[in-house]
Amino acid sequence: MRFSPRNRKTQLALPEDDQRALLRAAGGLLAPPARRLFLQRGLTVGGLAMLTGCSVTDSDSAEHLLMKISRLNDRAQAFLFDPTRLAPTYPASMMTRPFPFNAYYSEDEAPVVDGQGFFLQVSGMVARRDIWSLEQLNALPQEEQITRHICVEGWSAIGRWGGVRFSTFLERIGADLSAKYVGFKCADDYFTSIDMPTALHPQTLLALQYDGQTLPRKYGFPMKLRMPTKLGYKNPKHIVEIFVTNDYPGGYWEDQGYNWFGGS
Amino acid sequence: MSLPATPALAASKQAATVQPGWVRVAHWLNLIAFVVLLSSGWRIYNASPIFDFKFPRELTLGGWLGGALLWHFAAMWLLAFNGLAYLALNIASGRLRRRFWPLTPRQLFDDFVAALRGRLGHDDLAHYNAVQKFAYLGAIALLVLVVLSGLAVWKSVQLPLLRELMGGFDSARVVHFVAMAGLVFFTLVHVVMVALVPRTLLLMIRGR
Repeated sequence: MRFSPRNRKTQLALPEDDQRALLRAAGGLLAPPARRLFLQRGLTVGGLAMLTGCSVTDSDSAEHLLMKISRLNDRAQAFLFDPTRLAPTYPASMMTRPFPFNAYYSEDEAPVVDGQGFFLQVSGMVARRDIWSLEQLNALPQEEQITRHICVEGWSAIGRWGGVRFSTFLERIGADLSAKYVGFKCADDYFTSIDMPTALHPQTLLALQYDGQTLPRKYGFPMKLRMPTKLGYKNPKHIVEIFVTNDYPGGYWEDQGYNWFGGS
Repeated sequence: MSLPATPALAASKQAATVQPGWVRVAHWLNLIAFVVLLSSGWRIYNASPIFDFKFPRELTLGGWLGGALLWHFAAMWLLAFNGLAYLALNIASGRLRRRFWPLTPRQLFDDFVAALRGRLGHDDLAHYNAVQKFAYLGAIALLVLVVLSGLAVWKSVQLPLLRELMGGFDSARVVHFVAMAGLVFFTLVHVVMVALVPRTLLLMIRGR
């Protein structure tokens, strides 16, 4: 059951800061698994905003048109995307310290994943559906990048990530590279998907380290997909499963109205 | 028996239409695009303010960041296509040259001083005075700047030349904001001027 943003009948006029406070207070009354479900199943800040007087629009057809134009923008962005163009890289001295934490929940609610018993699931249009331990992933050729993470909100931060070039990983699992999408499922119930050309971009990294250390919990342990060619919300953290598919998988924010391609 | 359309009659009919249809259509479409981009842009700004203030919620469009972005990235197409069509027709028809040329700093200074003294005449609405030429050309320039800086923010990786022209990603956001502020200032002055000379509003609706 997904929360439908069209449910606009209830008039609950709360400023956005109060909405967040309300969510936290309500969520605080719940134990962890239920709390994450509560946050994920629809009463997100965005979802509540739809319940206020200020929704995207008071007309379903206007929202429908806006979403269609967003799909059009996906195509325009795919056209603009140059698979050989590299995002700018920076010296370590320009790194943003500390690198900000950002999620749709607070830092103390970030998921705890036990690295010892952890195995990355692989599914969909791939030749080899083996599970991967962190040891096995760390044994693959490692790369590093110092790039700018750009948030859809407008702020940005320069960080340093290390890990496996994602195209290398896709080759190792025998992924069908003619497929349209690569999807991700995360330990915090976040999910998203990307286009195959971006998945194959040389700077798309399955990040296992941050600033030379094992990727910490707050930045997405056990792994994050780092793409300097896409906005922050497209870079999933706490990845537990990767799949290749031709069926549009959507995304946590994308299903609520954010642009799917999300390219920078 | 009807009168033949003599050259004199035809010329006078043409002279009577001060603003051709395409100018008027472009003007009002631009207004719609601008208002949507401005109000949704303010909501986007509020998500991560550059300066020490936020725009009042009532003045913003979209309800939340996701909604504002949908409006912003829809209206940008209207602004761009309408703007390009307006510029293309202006150049091709010769109107750009006829209406905006010549413009010298001397003329601008003289007309500006006359305006401050309340002595700038508006009898002939078929010709722009120097202040108008400067203001409208300035508005066009600001619109070009707001679009280019917006593109640099949106596609900082795919359009590196533009990004660097704007001084980098963070600087592009500031340029985008400043160009927006310039356009708001232009709009305020423009609306006040129209209110002072209401015939101009009729002109932009009827053409004459």
